[in-house]
Amino acid sequence: MHSVLLVLAAFLACAVEMVEALTIVLAVAVTRGWRSAGWGVAAALGGLILIVAALGPALAHLPIDSLRLVVGTILLVFGLQWLRKAVLRASGLKALHDEEAIYEAEVALLRANDGRAAHDWYAFTVAFKGVFLEGLEVAFIVVTFGGTQRNVGLAALGALAALIVVLTVGTIVHAPLTRVPENTLKFGVGIMLTSFGIFWSAEGAGVAWPGADASILGVIAFVVIVAFGLVALARRAQVVPEVATS
Amino acid sequence: MTWLGQFGKFWYDFIIGDDWRIAVGVVATVAAVFIAAHHGFDWWWLVPLAVALLLAVSVMREAIRCRNSTPRTGHRAP
Repeated sequence: MHSVLLVLAAFLACAVEMVEALTIVLAVAVTRGWRSAGWGVAAALGGLILIVAALGPALAHLPIDSLRLVVGTILLVFGLQWLRKAVLRASGLKALHDEEAIYEAEVALLRANDGRAAHDWYAFTVAFKGVFLEGLEVAFIVVTFGGTQRNVGLAALGALAALIVVLTVGTIVHAPLTRVPENTLKFGVGIMLTSFGIFWSAEGAGVAWPGADASILGVIAFVVIVAFGLVALARRAQVVPEVATS
Repeated sequence: MTWLGQFGKFWYDFIIGDDWRIAVGVVATVAAVFIAAHHGFDWWWLVPLAVALLLAVSVMREAIRCRNSTPRTGHRAP
């Protein structure tokens, strides 16, 4: 059960980040050409693979309880940041993520900086930065999820599956993936990160969960109820009563 | 800003984000659970409870901030 959730969390997180990275890469490739953008993507992916390959096995040498305590706490802080943003977006307190608007803004910026050489370093750098920074969150999730479960390969498999799906769709569509329910996916990823963060940080601190590993399902259900409850509360809190003027 | 400052800011934004109070609350809660567990108390319920409270306070603080900066029209803020 843990393994399925592990792959699912890595898949969802990677899919969300890859959609964002794809928007940037498509904007670069369409306006400045595919060659330099492609090299930028390849260099960024190489860097991310190196980070996962270096940190993943290193985590395997640490004691599991200390690893879960530290990594679980960091994951909980990181996950709550995702969930907070997702709740704020769902309740209308924060603007929704709009890939089409981001794509248009990126294209306008790239056209303004048009001065092409044989190798377009500008296109390379923008594509590299986009993929590397978005991918860093995926690498972080793969290393932490995989490390605490002693199975970085399984988490990497989920990330790889998402990479293949997003790249395939992106290649066919050749446009930003505006139909992907990105904000909903982010809500789901926030719930998974927060739930695993709660479970591992408490377990690493020395707690024995009632029902052992099966309690992760209860934790997920609890986080879902809290998140949806807060969306409803925040929506109601925004309705301002009209003030009588006479 | 120096390179080291930018590096630190990147990691701060990456892990902690917009509300540092959540990070402080999480660390304090996990520390309390750790101390309790090493004195024989199994406070498994404390982390989920603290997470719910921390998230609620952070979201409602933002909702109130938005409401106070919105003209009083009787409608939901955009």
